[in-house]
Amino acid sequence: MSEEERFDVRLIVNGAAHDVQVPARRLLSDCIRHDLRLTGTHVGCEHGVCGACTVLVDGVAMRSCLMLTVSADGTEITTVEGLTEPDGTLSPVQQAFEDCHGLQCGFCTPGFLTTITAGLRTNPDPSEDEARELIGGNLCRCTGYQNIVRSVLRAAELQSARDRATLAPAEGAGVAQSEGRA
Amino acid sequence: MKPPPFGYSRPESVVEALSTLASLGPDGKVLAGGQSLLPILSMRLAAPHHLVDINRLAELDYVRSDASTVRVGALARHARVLADAGARAAQPLLAQALRLVAHATIRNRGTTLGSIVHADPSGEMTAVLALLDGSVRVAGASNERQVPAGEFFRGPLESAVQAGELAVEASFPALAPRAGTAFVEVSRRHGDYAVCGVAALVEIDVDRAVVVARTAYLSVSPIPLVLDLCETAGDFAAAAALARERLDPEPDIHASADYRRHLAGVLTERALRGAHAAAVERSAHV
Repeated sequence: MSEEERFDVRLIVNGAAHDVQVPARRLLSDCIRHDLRLTGTHVGCEHGVCGACTVLVDGVAMRSCLMLTVSADGTEITTVEGLTEPDGTLSPVQQAFEDCHGLQCGFCTPGFLTTITAGLRTNPDPSEDEARELIGGNLCRCTGYQNIVRSVLRAAELQSARDRATLAPAEGAGVAQSEGRA
Repeated sequence: MKPPPFGYSRPESVVEALSTLASLGPDGKVLAGGQSLLPILSMRLAAPHHLVDINRLAELDYVRSDASTVRVGALARHARVLADAGARAAQPLLAQALRLVAHATIRNRGTTLGSIVHADPSGEMTAVLALLDGSVRVAGASNERQVPAGEFFRGPLESAVQAGELAVEASFPALAPRAGTAFVEVSRRHGDYAVCGVAALVEIDVDRAVVVARTAYLSVSPIPLVLDLCETAGDFAAAAALARERLDPEPDIHASADYRRHLAGVLTERALRGAHAAAVERSAHV
């Protein structure tokens, strides 16, 4: 067997640039876990069914097991490790999962957290039906989903309270900074 | 569950992609969204020698709509087509079907044209292209051709795109002023492959008589099947009976042939009624 060709790839993961050399067939999920040692992203089915490996690619939720690392060259990726605020405070979605007991074993949780984080950016005030639709592509074998649906709704409350707190006190009006995708 | 080794190119233009594909011939395979190709590679159901990644071809990332046609470039992801207001206005069936394509996360990456080229008999967008009698523009290094839907699907997972070629654009005819569409399917879980699905197109004339009643089916035949049910003249129960007669579904682990035929009948009637109601509603604004 000849040596497999390797490709130079730059990924911005949770704000930090990483340069890796990977064979074309390296899945993004494997690069994140094995090359970057960010093991918060979980790998369940490895064919796009379970949603555990979901990460944000340029702010959009995608299955990292259904992407080649080489295809992701130059993108900004957010994994579950990147959801926490810089000071260590849990993000609204993470806090909601704690508040509502949205996890038991936690294996599927990283995929839910990333999916819901992106989903609430496009729909900050989902109905219960919309919350169910949002998480329809993620499997959980423990919770029975009820508490995850509650977590989505709770996260929306926490997020809007946090947005109000950051926007209100300062100079009042002005340009809202909530549009940008972190 | 890891893909086998393969060569890899990431062209920066369509011209470069076509010359790369031409030089690779049968060894080349196009990678667009990869939401069907990656599982196939990981499960080692296929082992192409060389992938040509078209994710940098921004010139193919478009949805363009005018009064007659919605054109979808090869890099337009499902989510983008679904959200496109112009496309939704020109041909509502696109959004009606796209919301049933897998899950939102898959739609963020998968491309509409990619799923058509994949030619899965259970794919929603293949049925849409077939029902509307759309077409696919296929480019080679030295020539281009427009392939009508009726000639595009050759068999399960087999399209008319030949080695060395790239499907660059799908064209969906816009909806006529007195026409309506509907898309219904039954799957075990929302977002799963449909056990059966039906897309319907109904058009009425100024006297509200049905002049077009067509249906397209997923998961009941090797390629998207289109039935012309206009002879039943607006009797949609009769149309459903006719559809049951004409369909010859295969059994598999998800459903028996009988159950699929039954389901196809129920969904035929439901889809035609929905499309008819939409046509009546739309013609009120003509």
